[in-house]
Amino acid sequence: MEPLKPVSAPARIALGIGFFVLFIGAWALATETGLVQPLFLASPQKALQAGYSLFTEYNFAGDVGMTVWRVLGGFVLASLVAVPLGLAMGAYKGIEAFFEPFISFARYLPASAFIPLLILWAGVGEAQKLSLIFLGSVFQIVIMVAVIAGATRRDLVEAAYTLGARQGGILKRVIIPAAAPQVMEALRLVLGWAWTYVIVAELIGAQSGIGHMIMDSQRLLDTGQMIFGIVVIGLIGLVTDFLFKALNRRLFRWAVL
Amino acid sequence: MGGLSIRGLTRSFPGQGAAGPTLALQPTDLDVAPGEFVSILGPSGCGKSTLLRIVAGLDRGTAGTVRLAGRQVTGPGPERGMVFQSYTLFPWLTVEQNILFGLRERKVPAEEARAIATKYIARTGLKGFENHWPRQLSGGMQQRTALARALANDPAILLLDEPFGALDHQTRELMQELLLEVWGADTPETRKTVLFVTHDIDEAIFLANRVLVMSARPGRVKAEVEVPLPYPRDWTVKTTVVFAELKARLMAEIREEVRKAALA
Repeated sequence: MEPLKPVSAPARIALGIGFFVLFIGAWALATETGLVQPLFLASPQKALQAGYSLFTEYNFAGDVGMTVWRVLGGFVLASLVAVPLGLAMGAYKGIEAFFEPFISFARYLPASAFIPLLILWAGVGEAQKLSLIFLGSVFQIVIMVAVIAGATRRDLVEAAYTLGARQGGILKRVIIPAAAPQVMEALRLVLGWAWTYVIVAELIGAQSGIGHMIMDSQRLLDTGQMIFGIVVIGLIGLVTDFLFKALNRRLFRWAVL
Repeated sequence: MGGLSIRGLTRSFPGQGAAGPTLALQPTDLDVAPGEFVSILGPSGCGKSTLLRIVAGLDRGTAGTVRLAGRQVTGPGPERGMVFQSYTLFPWLTVEQNILFGLRERKVPAEEARAIATKYIARTGLKGFENHWPRQLSGGMQQRTALARALANDPAILLLDEPFGALDHQTRELMQELLLEVWGADTPETRKTVLFVTHDIDEAIFLANRVLVMSARPGRVKAEVEVPLPYPRDWTVKTTVVFAELKARLMAEIREEVRKAALA
C-alpha cells in the first residue's frame, strides 16, 4: 500500500464488503460458541428471526414508517427555516452579526436535554417528536449554510457585477447556485444526525416507532429485537444517504464527475 | 461612443498597526480615445490592476475621478466589460449560459440574447462547445468564453486584467491573435476601447496602439510609447525591426522598475 494511492473499484467494493463479513463473522463466533451469553447479545441468526417476527406479528413496518415520517417531517421543517436564514446570513454580514452569536450558543444546547421541557410544552404526541428533531437540526444547518454562502468566490461575484448584475442578481444567480451543492451535502450530514435524535425522542413517551420498539424489547430482555431495530436504523440511514448522494450528483452535474 | 478620462486618480490602502497608509497609485491622469487599444505594462504590485479595478468600479480611488463618455464611474456596470486573470466562468452554467448571463441580467429578450450569444460563440471559436460546463474546458477555452461573455453586453470599454496570464506560452500567443481578430472584426469606427493590463512586454506591444509603462509602487505612468504597427497584425510583426526596437525601449524602462520593486 502506498499513501494516497487510489484502489480499483472492484477492490474497494470487496474491501468494504469484507469488513461486514468479518464483523458479522466475529459476532456469530462470539454468540454461537457461548462466549457471550444470549441474555446480553443475541446471535445474528436470532436477530434475524426476531426481525422476521417483528414484521409478521408486531407490525414493525408501521413503526418504521412512523419513525421515517418523524425524521423527515422535523428535518424538512428545520431546513425550510434554516436554509434561507443561513443564506441570508452568509450573504449579508449585518444579518450574520445579528444572529450568529445566538445560534453559535444555541447549537451547543443538547437537543435531548429539551425532551422534558418539550413534553411539558407539546405533550407526548407528534409535535414533541418533530420539535425535538427541529431543535436538533435547525441551528446546525443555519451555521453550516451561512459558512458555505459566506465563502462564495469573490471573483465570481465581481465578474457578475461587471456583467451588470445588481444585489438581487448576485444573491439569486451567484451566491445561491454556487452554494447549492455544498448546502445539499450539509443537509445530508444533518439528516444523519436527525436520525439519532428521533430515536432518543422515541425512547421516551412514544407509542410507536423504532425507538419505542427497542424500549419495549428491553423490558422483555429481547436482545435479538433490539439489535434488529438498531440494524434497521443503520440500513435506512445507508439508503437515504445513497439516495441523497444520487440526487446531488443528478442536480449538480456541473460540479462533480 | 465616448472615451475614458481619468483625472488625479489616487489609491492608498490603510496601514496596519503603527504603519502609515500604503500608497498604491500616485495621482494619475489618463485619456483613452474611443476605439483605442492601450496596454498598461508594469512590474507586479505596481498598481496596474488597482487602476483597472477602479475603472471597472470594483474598487474606489481615494481621490480623483474616472469618467467614461463623460459620465462619472461610481460602481461596476455592464458598459465596462472585464476579463480577469483567474477563471471566473460560473461553473454551474454552460458556455452558452455564461455568455447569456449579462444579457439576462439586463433583461434582453430571449431571442435577441440568443442571437447575440451565437454571434460571439462563432467569433471566439467556441462553436461546438456551447453546452460544455466550464470544468470540461481548457484554460484557453475558458478565457475565450469569458471574453465572449464580456463582449455580449456590448460594453463601451473592455478591461482585460492579464487575461492570458495563467495560460501556457503557445496558447497565450494564439489567444492574443484571437483577441485582435475579435476586436478588429468591428469597423475602425465602432471598435471597442480596450485597456489591457499585462507584465509581458511582447504581449503589450503586439496588441496595443499605445503602451503605458507604470513605475514600481507607488504606481504612476512613467512612460508612454506609441506602437506604429498597422492593424490587422499577425504573429509575424513580432519579428519586425520596429517591434524589436520598441521591445528594447520598453525593456529598459521596465527593468529599472522591476529592480526598484525588488529592492523595495
